[in-house]
Amino acid sequence: MKLSFRDQFTNSLFALPAALLFAVFSIYPFYKVFQLSLYQWDGISTAMRFVGFANFWDILTRNAAWWISFKNAIYITFLALTVQNALALLLAWAVDREIRAGNIYRVIFFIPPILSGIVVGLIWNWIFEGNYGLLNHALTSMGLGGWTRAWLADPKTALYSVATIHMWKGFGWGFIILLAGLQNIPRELYESARVDGAGEWHVFRKITVPLMVPVFVLVSILTILGTMQIFDLIISTTGGGPGYNTEVPMTRMVALMLGSGRLGYACAMSVIFGILLLLFSLVQMRLGKWLDKD
Amino acid sequence: MDVARLKRVLSKSSRSTLVHGVLILVSISCVFPLVWMFVSALKTQETIFSNMSLIPASPHWENFALAWTKGKFGIFFFNSLFYTFCTVVGVLLISSLAAYASSRLPFPGRKILFMLLLATMMIPVPGAFIALYVLLVKLNLVNTRLGYILPQINGQLALGVFLLKTFFDKLPRELEDAARVDGCNKLQVYYHVALPLAKPAIAVLAIFTTLAVWNEYLLAMLVLSDRNLMPLQRGLMVFQGAHITQYPLLMAGMTISVIPIVVIYIIMQRHIISGITAGALKM
Repeated sequence: MKLSFRDQFTNSLFALPAALLFAVFSIYPFYKVFQLSLYQWDGISTAMRFVGFANFWDILTRNAAWWISFKNAIYITFLALTVQNALALLLAWAVDREIRAGNIYRVIFFIPPILSGIVVGLIWNWIFEGNYGLLNHALTSMGLGGWTRAWLADPKTALYSVATIHMWKGFGWGFIILLAGLQNIPRELYESARVDGAGEWHVFRKITVPLMVPVFVLVSILTILGTMQIFDLIISTTGGGPGYNTEVPMTRMVALMLGSGRLGYACAMSVIFGILLLLFSLVQMRLGKWLDKD
Repeated sequence: MDVARLKRVLSKSSRSTLVHGVLILVSISCVFPLVWMFVSALKTQETIFSNMSLIPASPHWENFALAWTKGKFGIFFFNSLFYTFCTVVGVLLISSLAAYASSRLPFPGRKILFMLLLATMMIPVPGAFIALYVLLVKLNLVNTRLGYILPQINGQLALGVFLLKTFFDKLPRELEDAARVDGCNKLQVYYHVALPLAKPAIAVLAIFTTLAVWNEYLLAMLVLSDRNLMPLQRGLMVFQGAHITQYPLLMAGMTISVIPIVVIYIIMQRHIISGITAGALKM
């Protein structure tokens, strides 16, 4: 059925507000990031100097701080992928197998994820504080006074401490998704395997893991995208310090923009970072498909 | 009862005790920092570092009043409430209209628009905030409420359209046809028939938008420098960055910022958790 022009027009009116908002606040900035990345510009003056790919070249070859920040983000992400998700899987598996009233755990474990990064950072700031922090207080009262330190200010522990806070805040996400995945597995599969005399570990490896591959991939992608772009938690705890010890790409971009007024350069950084993130998720998806086929 | 069976029962029960023990320990770790924050809000600047008790002997409830007035958290709170309300209303209205159109009302460019929206959910542009800031400067929207609300409405559009379109697609068309026969125009059909049916999806969208806006920080940091316009997250950072941080008041301010979100969560947890799992497993 061919629609009249009038119908097409009134139909499109429904989508007009969304299209307008989207064009102004998503499409235009998207284009602008790419455009600005080719310029040297402080964001204020009218003088914009076209520099081609010089910003990109400088970031990739000469900007040590950028690479440190990227490495830090990778490091936190690696810990989140392994420690945090392993913990989430272990807890999900325990709740799925053993406990009937699993809902209460589901509710409690998802409390940290609903809190803001700022609040979480400020609370943990105080737990990790060097002079009167709760952790040091607990260590001292257990006779481990020699272990005390300013956890977030000591270059040796700052990154681990931030990663710990991040994992505390994030494991509930993985837990909930993994648990839902586990509960989708038909119980009969487990029962028939057990009748055949398969042990716990065998059942886990031969039935649970293969069926969970798509869920693992999803959780991994969410973990990578969420952790690599960590910002609020850093700002409210270390601010990137001490030195560059907890700098991440997002804090670098904000510092370049607000601190040194190098907007074009920050945009180039954003393009590089965005492409790397996209590559990560594509690789992850490929890997998932490949594993799924086996 | 023979020995082997007894052994099995014992080992099973001890294992389940261990499992419960771990789960309870993790649960405590999730809740304790919040309890600590709340308790600390009831101490004084002098005792807060030395008094490690969980139940303070003389709780200073006035800290909450002080944070509310002197700490300006009352203003931050109402700002957060205002931003959240406006964004939720905006997102629900604009994305439901667009979702309804992309499900039911064909027009040229409909598919492209929908695909572009989806693409923004997939393609990360971590530095979009830079260009967004430049844009807001151009539009004279820096340090205005509108400049903080509009980008956030846009930020939730993709999710909203996606969520509601999937929902509308599954609705049977008979009811809408009947309404049309009765003489309703498109807008009336949408408003009186489709929208009320989409309540479950709308609830999920409203909750996730609320969480996102209430917890937002980066945009607030870039756009708002006037203290009277700041939402809670930005207010907290400004307060803790002050020359001498009043820790009990900071903790009181944090508690004020957390209470609404925890209350909403406890009331709506079923929707939140099922929303996440349904969304996740569909992908």
